[in-house]
Formats: sequence, C-alpha cells, structure tokens
Amino acid sequence: MDFLCGIRGRDFVMVCSDTSAVQSIVTMKQDEDKLVPVDSHRLFAISGEAGDRVNFSEYIIANVRLYALRNGSQLSTKAVANFTRSELATALRKSPYQTNLLMAGYDEGSGPALYWCDYLATLHHMNICGTGYGSYFVLSMWDKLWHPDLSQDEALELMRKAVAEVRARLVVAPPKYLVKVVDKDGIRTVAEL
Amino acid sequence: MMRISCPLIDGPATSAAQDACGLRELGVGGAPVDSFPLPAVQDIDSFEREVVEYVKPNHGTTTLGFIFQGGVIIAVDSRASQGSYISSQTVKKVIEINPYLLGTMAGGAADCQFWERNLGRQCRLYELANGKRITVRGASKLLANTMFSYRGMGLSMGTMVAGWDEAGPGLYYVDSDGQRTKGKLFSVGSGSLYAYGVLDEGYRWDLSVEEAVELGLRSIYHATFRDAASGGTVSVYHVTQEGWTKVRGEDVGELHFRFYPDPAKHPCNSVDPLAV
Repeated sequence: MDFLCGIRGRDFVMVCSDTSAVQSIVTMKQDEDKLVPVDSHRLFAISGEAGDRVNFSEYIIANVRLYALRNGSQLSTKAVANFTRSELATALRKSPYQTNLLMAGYDEGSGPALYWCDYLATLHHMNICGTGYGSYFVLSMWDKLWHPDLSQDEALELMRKAVAEVRARLVVAPPKYLVKVVDKDGIRTVAEL
Repeated sequence: MMRISCPLIDGPATSAAQDACGLRELGVGGAPVDSFPLPAVQDIDSFEREVVEYVKPNHGTTTLGFIFQGGVIIAVDSRASQGSYISSQTVKKVIEINPYLLGTMAGGAADCQFWERNLGRQCRLYELANGKRITVRGASKLLANTMFSYRGMGLSMGTMVAGWDEAGPGLYYVDSDGQRTKGKLFSVGSGSLYAYGVLDEGYRWDLSVEEAVELGLRSIYHATFRDAASGGTVSVYHVTQEGWTKVRGEDVGELHFRFYPDPAKHPCNSVDPLAV
C-alpha cells in the first residue's frame, strides 16, 4: 500500500514515501524512488497505479520545464500545483489518472510550500499531510506534535515516529521508506528508513 | 359442540376477527386477514435492509484502554450516529459492570448496551454463587462465549473489558466475531486508527497517573478531531486496586481551544503565502 506524507517546517518541506513497486500481490522492487524532482526546488511525491503515476508525472514535469525554457523563468510551487490540478481536473472526465500526489517546493520570497492533491483534483495547501492507509495513524500523531517553528531535525524525528507507527500498526506496511527535504539549497535525500 | 375458530381456513370475511383488527376501516376489507399494507417500492427486500440501517443507531466511536504502572486507563468519546446524522452527543460508552469492572462500547448501540448489561447480570450471579468477585479473565470469557454463540447472526460490537482482580490489572478485547484477546493497549472503533497514532507515540509503562490520564484524553481528542463519527465529550476512567474512578469528562470543543488557543498555530490551518 502506497504511503506518502509531508511536513512543512519553518524554512523547508520534508516528504517521505515508501519505495515499493507493487504489481498485483507481488513486490517488483524495493528501491523505487517515488519522490521525483520537477526542477531544482520542487518535487512530486506520487502514489497510485504504476502506469498513471509515471506517465502523469513525466508529462507535468516536461511541461513545467518547457515553460521555464520558453519564458526564461521557473514556475513557482503554487503555479506548478495549480497547473497539475488543472491537468488532473481536465483528465478526470475523460480518462482519469489514478494518482494522488504531494507537491513540495521552496520559493525565494514566499518560502516553503506543501500541496496535497488527489486523483479527483482536490488541491490543498497543507502543513502536514499524507495519503494511503498509513496516513490515518500518522496524521493524528502529527496534529499533536507539529508546530510552526519546526526545525529539520525535529521534522526528521516526526518522520521516524511516523514510519515506526506505520510499521507497527499497518498490516500491509511497506518495508522501506525514503525521506527528502526541499529548502533554499534545493532537494536532498536526508534518510532511508 | 365446541368449535375452534380458524378464520384463515374458513376463508375471508366470515369471521369477526377481521373487524377486531379494524382492517375493514383501513379499506382492506375483502382481502385475506393476514394481509397488511406494504411500502410502494420495487424491491422490498433491499428497501427494508436499507431502512433498517437508517434506524439502527451505530456508535461511530473511539474507545481506548491501556495498562500501565499505575493501573488501567479507559477513555471514550460520547457520540452516536445514524448514518451521517449525529443522533446523540451524550452517550455513555463505558458500562460500569461492578466497582472493579468496566466495559467499553463500540459498534451497534443496542447490541453493546444489551449484551454488556447481560454480562453485568452474569457477573453478579457469579458473585452470589461463589461468594467472590469474578476475574477480568472470567468476565471477558463470559462475554466472548455469548458472542461466539451468536456469531454470524448480525451482532456488531467491539468492546474492551477492563478491571482489577487478584491477578492485578486486566484488559481484554472482545468482539462480535467471538475474538477475545488479552493485551496492554487497545483502541476500538472508527476513530481507533487516529487514537493509536497518538497513543503509541506517548505510551510508556512507567507513565505517572496524571500523564496516563492526559494521554488517554489527548488520544481521544485527536481521534475526534479527525474522525467525523467521534465527538462529544471525552470520559476517562482509572482502575486501581481499589476499583475504578471516573477522573475526567470534558467537551472536545473546549479541549480544542485549550490545546490550541492560537488557531494560527494549528497544523490544519495553513495559509497559502501567495493567496493573501
């Protein structure tokens, strides 16, 4: 079962995803990176059906890069989020993409931003968010622990607690997880759990 | 000669029994006696099934219990719902079986209430017959046996039986499938996943009583925040060697503003920096 979650901190966004690629009842691989960079300061965390997931994210990323090349300036996180939502909404009544996604980004000036979007094209700006069954256990915990001045070390600790909880309680818990952070210096992998 | 009155066999409109039911006035005169008006729907079976679900009050619930150094903590919310309708905010979901035993309710309201009252009766009879209190193990087994004997017949309940006996603190999970599990920490109901998230993170064996009560309260509060079918007030019970005491009963709305006096600092209030 796909599990994604994200935290918006003081001056960064941290996202976590499982790394399982599943087909039917078979685990195909254990090191699938579902946290894909859009550009230097923005990334998608995508869950859902394998084909839709890769196809949709590549389409969005290509268009965002095309925009940057044509206009000589990068889209803001908010612009990427709204463009993505719009594409999902257009597809919804034709052939919907079965993808839920988180968008994390850092913009000069407006700071960190975290967006949650589901396959029905609902878009929300969030402080904490998640998708999948695992998020049920995690969101209440983060409701209690999150605060606006969260540092990166604190956020990583929240991620560790979240993954420990999913491992302890979720029957279909994925075995491996990847944590990345986006801040003023760009995108980095901070932990493999 | 005596004659047994058999209006159904004798045929319609020959017996006074029909008038006694007032059927003629209802305009069904002439019809067989055993007929009655039916709802005007296509598929009456599925209609009835649907309607029963409307009327059946269900606890969309969060309940939890855990054993720690200072005894047992039981915490519950108080909301009852019928589908999307909140039918009550003041339901008592802890049944006080005797001064040393508590039962919690999740699932069908009537099933829980009736069968836990029934458990209370059985426990009292055990006391009278044996001259001593029943153990938590024994009480939970009585309930589990009852549930097992009715399995597959549509009962719906998920309960925890908690208390104190000669073996010390006890906590059992019993449900309508007949499952019975002994444990240190349980949460039951639609909000249980949320409660587990907070509970697992804060639980330690050596919690002080005050900390443990606060953890129970906090776990239920966070579950009511995320789970629409849980809410109302949080009740917290503490069980020790001296029996149970009710330690807290607080409205979740008031708790919310105590935990988050500044709305801007709540994780669910994020202002899009570009939206202003």
